[in-house]
Amino acid sequence: MSESTGKTSSPSKVVRGGLAMLAVIVAFIILWEGYKFIWTTLEWTEPVNPSDRILPHTWTIVGALFQPAQRNGPILLFVELRAAMFTLREALVGFLIGGSIGFGLGVLFVRSQTAERAFMPYVVGSQTVPILAIAPMVVIWGGKLDIPQWLTVSIIAAYLTFFPVVINTMRGLRSPQPTAVELMRSYASSPREILWKLQVPAAMPYIFTALKVSAAASVIGALVGELPAGFRGGLGRDLLQFSQQFTAAPQKLFASVIVAGLAGMVFVGAVTLAEHRLVAAKRRQST
Amino acid sequence: MKMVVDARGLGKVFGSGAEAVQALTNIDLRMETGDFISLIGPSGCGKSTLLRLVADLLEPTSGELLINAKSPSRARLDRDYGMVFQSATLLDWRTVRKNVELPLEIMDVAKEERSRRASEMLDLVQLELFADHYPWQLSGGMQQRVAIARALAFQPSLLLMDEPFGALDEMSRELMQQEVLRLWGETGISVVFVTHSIPEAVFLSTRVLVMTPRPGRIKTEIAIDLPTERDLSTRESPRYFELITEVREALRSGES
Repeated sequence: MSESTGKTSSPSKVVRGGLAMLAVIVAFIILWEGYKFIWTTLEWTEPVNPSDRILPHTWTIVGALFQPAQRNGPILLFVELRAAMFTLREALVGFLIGGSIGFGLGVLFVRSQTAERAFMPYVVGSQTVPILAIAPMVVIWGGKLDIPQWLTVSIIAAYLTFFPVVINTMRGLRSPQPTAVELMRSYASSPREILWKLQVPAAMPYIFTALKVSAAASVIGALVGELPAGFRGGLGRDLLQFSQQFTAAPQKLFASVIVAGLAGMVFVGAVTLAEHRLVAAKRRQST
Repeated sequence: MKMVVDARGLGKVFGSGAEAVQALTNIDLRMETGDFISLIGPSGCGKSTLLRLVADLLEPTSGELLINAKSPSRARLDRDYGMVFQSATLLDWRTVRKNVELPLEIMDVAKEERSRRASEMLDLVQLELFADHYPWQLSGGMQQRVAIARALAFQPSLLLMDEPFGALDEMSRELMQQEVLRLWGETGISVVFVTHSIPEAVFLSTRVLVMTPRPGRIKTEIAIDLPTERDLSTRESPRYFELITEVREALRSGES
């Protein structure tokens, strides 16, 4: 189903995009340091105290990444990157589970109005229950069922992931014009053929929009899921630990927040890349 | 002559009870191989509904309908007809070639055969150079030619067209009409053509069925006795204008 004819970005566009991203970072640093400088000079403390204990210098934060996290240990960047890989794996598995369930439910609900009426309210309801309430339950149940801990975290990530996929899969499957369905019926197509040759390809732009939202949500799910599990190795645990050490070394928390943000960007970027391979530029809902 | 469409006392009611709408009533229509029949009438006269009954996309409420001496559902399963809509309804994730191959894929035609037939069809509608383009890269008229190629790809005996040129500008429209006549001449296919346009109906058809609404029924049938070979000079001939007037008056009297 690859649609490579869709215009791919030219090298100059990529360079321009990269420069724009860089400009945002530079602007952010200027704002951050400018705030610190002005507020310190004028001795203002509202809304945020500019002291190094609360708002460390940007170079202190970046510097923290290159200092050993523990005495004689590897530098913080390596530690956090390894933790990020760990969390991303949990997020990825959760994303795959949640994405598949979301797609499956979307297909089911479009096929059967009874199923939609019966389950849709609960699917919506599930999303108003805070993940912080669900996560400990999943961890305890997972422990009782001897499911590996990282997988329970993935299940928590899946919980945050499936909903946008359900909604957009349904919208996408219903997007073909009525005449397109009539056309398929005129060929004596089975419902399965109508699904796979018409509805699913038509739904791809919608599904990818949801997958990008879900990719970011799955990282959050994995981070939050690691907290009640309380196990080491992932970014969630480090974020919690560094927030407890905030007064002593705020730059460590900021540094690991940067890494967590990067992890999310990498994941969403990967999904976007897959979208560009599978959906022609003309049909994409977003870039 | 073989009977392609044979409808007797056909009726269609949408809804039920107090909200029931009689869309069609007492339709008699007999169509032989090679006929080109246009259904013309104001909105709501049931011409598209009649086309969908023939296509087995809707079921009649009363009367009898045979397509190629079979039930409409049997005819649909046998892929006896190809269909073209007002919007080309091309799948925009497929190239022109892959769009033409779509029905063949569903019919499990082998890959080489699919490709061969798609090329043949694109040749027929003179779009062979655009085989690898995507639908959005084509003009409206070209998209409609792809839709026709797709409808003819599995060599149906009947072509059903629902206002296929309604969205085109006048120039493309006349070109497409000429194109359809050429295809009709070359393939010997039978055509049921739904349209709003009087000149279009007269130029294309062997017979024009004038329909009136509330409830939808066939009011008059007008045989078009223009020469089989039709071109620009046909459009300028006195007989052409006489027939247009005849159809127009039939439509007018249906309104009162």
